[in-house]
Amino acid sequence: MFFLLIFSFSISAKDTPNDAGGSITVSTYNIPHYTERIELYRKVKGDTLYKEAGLISLYKGEFDDTLAVAGESYLYRARAITKDTVYIAMTEEFVSSSPQWFNKSRTAVLLFIVIFGSFVFVFIQLAKKNPEGLFIRRLPAIDAIDEAVGRSTEMGKPVLFIPGIEYITDAGTLASITILQRVGKKVAEYGTRIIHANFDPVVMTAAQETLKTAYAEAGRPDAFNKDDVFYLTSEQFGFAAGVDGIMERERPGAIFLQGYFYAESLILAETGYSIGAIQIAGTNATTQLPFFVAACDYVLMGEEMFAASAYISREPRLLGSIKGSDLTKSILLGLIGIGVTFGTVASLLKQAGNPAYMEIFNKVLDFLAMGAR
Amino acid sequence: MKKQVPLLITFLTGFIVIVSFFVPHRPFGILETQVLTWYAIIFGFTMLIGVDSLIRLHVRKTQRRKKGWWYSIVFFAGFLYCFVTGVISLIRTSNPFSPGTVFFYGYRTILIPLQSTMFALLAFFIASASYRAFRARNIDATFLLIAAVIVMIGRVPAGYKLWPRLPEVANWILNVLQMGPMRGVMIGIALGAVAMSLRLILGIERTYLT
Repeated sequence: MFFLLIFSFSISAKDTPNDAGGSITVSTYNIPHYTERIELYRKVKGDTLYKEAGLISLYKGEFDDTLAVAGESYLYRARAITKDTVYIAMTEEFVSSSPQWFNKSRTAVLLFIVIFGSFVFVFIQLAKKNPEGLFIRRLPAIDAIDEAVGRSTEMGKPVLFIPGIEYITDAGTLASITILQRVGKKVAEYGTRIIHANFDPVVMTAAQETLKTAYAEAGRPDAFNKDDVFYLTSEQFGFAAGVDGIMERERPGAIFLQGYFYAESLILAETGYSIGAIQIAGTNATTQLPFFVAACDYVLMGEEMFAASAYISREPRLLGSIKGSDLTKSILLGLIGIGVTFGTVASLLKQAGNPAYMEIFNKVLDFLAMGAR
Repeated sequence: MKKQVPLLITFLTGFIVIVSFFVPHRPFGILETQVLTWYAIIFGFTMLIGVDSLIRLHVRKTQRRKKGWWYSIVFFAGFLYCFVTGVISLIRTSNPFSPGTVFFYGYRTILIPLQSTMFALLAFFIASASYRAFRARNIDATFLLIAAVIVMIGRVPAGYKLWPRLPEVANWILNVLQMGPMRGVMIGIALGAVAMSLRLILGIERTYLT
């Protein structure tokens, strides 16, 4: 083997940006052809010996030394090993890592949150001043709650409510609790039984409390049966089998499938259809929406679920936040339109020999996509 | 007080998670991990509530001889099997899911086949739902039917044999016609979720505290 120190193969090291310290990124340049592996060694300032730090990925050509201690200075040396040669490269200056106070790659996200938050704040203030001035379009699925519960009552059948198979941390599950409150109140008024099967014990507890309050608000706290709100299982298809069993045995007149669902969505909706129940679904899982549209009578599509609480309560502050969200969406749509037009024109100009606009376009894209990396 | 304390906890937790998303410096980066650890610990304890609810439900069902009460006996048998073999396997190997343990044997030979069976049922449900969805009742449903037929035939080798450009048309329907509205829905969901999160953190949305 020949040990060669050549200038074409080189490495550089720098503090990994946007982290809490304790990481140094080593990059390689001009990796020799047919390199089998690149070994990386490092030396702490004051030491005489290099110690093994790891293997640099040949695909990425980079290595994040996450075992580096923040504040300590290091020198790096890399050995690119081919079949018959070892190429050596090393850093010339000591490098140390330090924690950063702001993750610059998330600037675009911060900007978005500030703008979005401002719109929400402004519209909440406007809604407080003039609650009648804010219009929210009809949500047929929410309006159909009364009809579904009424139908169940007439048929002498219970109502079944499934809050999806996500945990209480999911926004869709929280939205389903809001809808449950409305359903619970109607069920209490009509004196119908409600069955609430759960995938998560925390959701079960929240649902018990929500229904308890709904029954109390309807003036019938004694009618609430805590045992009808129960935990089933946290296994996806075990839960689907359990709910299907309940549908077959109890034959509910109305079924509410509200929350986040996965592949079990159609299994549940089709079983509900087969027993002739009126079904009102709602989910923030885009992949399951077509299944619900195909199998259910009413569907709350995505964001409609999140608007349900404002639609039901008509509380000015909630209405304001929906309006703020709508304005942000309109602005985003406008920006997408401008972006597509500008990108198309820039691409045409680049083909005509003027790449300046394409460079601007790419810079904007890079800024927006920073956080996604 | 019953509402103020949970609201304060929600606000502080949400604030910490948001700040730590933007500030990697200590202590924020560590705080986020700690909050998530707390959640995992609380979640572990809530499983006990779930198990308690499940056992009570089946005990009552069996006592009152409710319709289908014999399924509860299957539940008790399954629960007992999982609990006993799980504890034994945990003591012996420290991981009940290690191959060779009694618990894993039951998991592999009973639970996984049962779950696979449920998943396989989906194929039949898709067929019945598609039949209803694709009936040409009006002009909209007819367009849906045409698009579905093109996509379905375009995704199989027979489609290519029929007309070599059919897969391209199917892909165009999926990647252009379908993708646009789907992205619109996704943007709406994302914004709705952010708005809901803001409402929760700021204490505007309080339904979960009822």
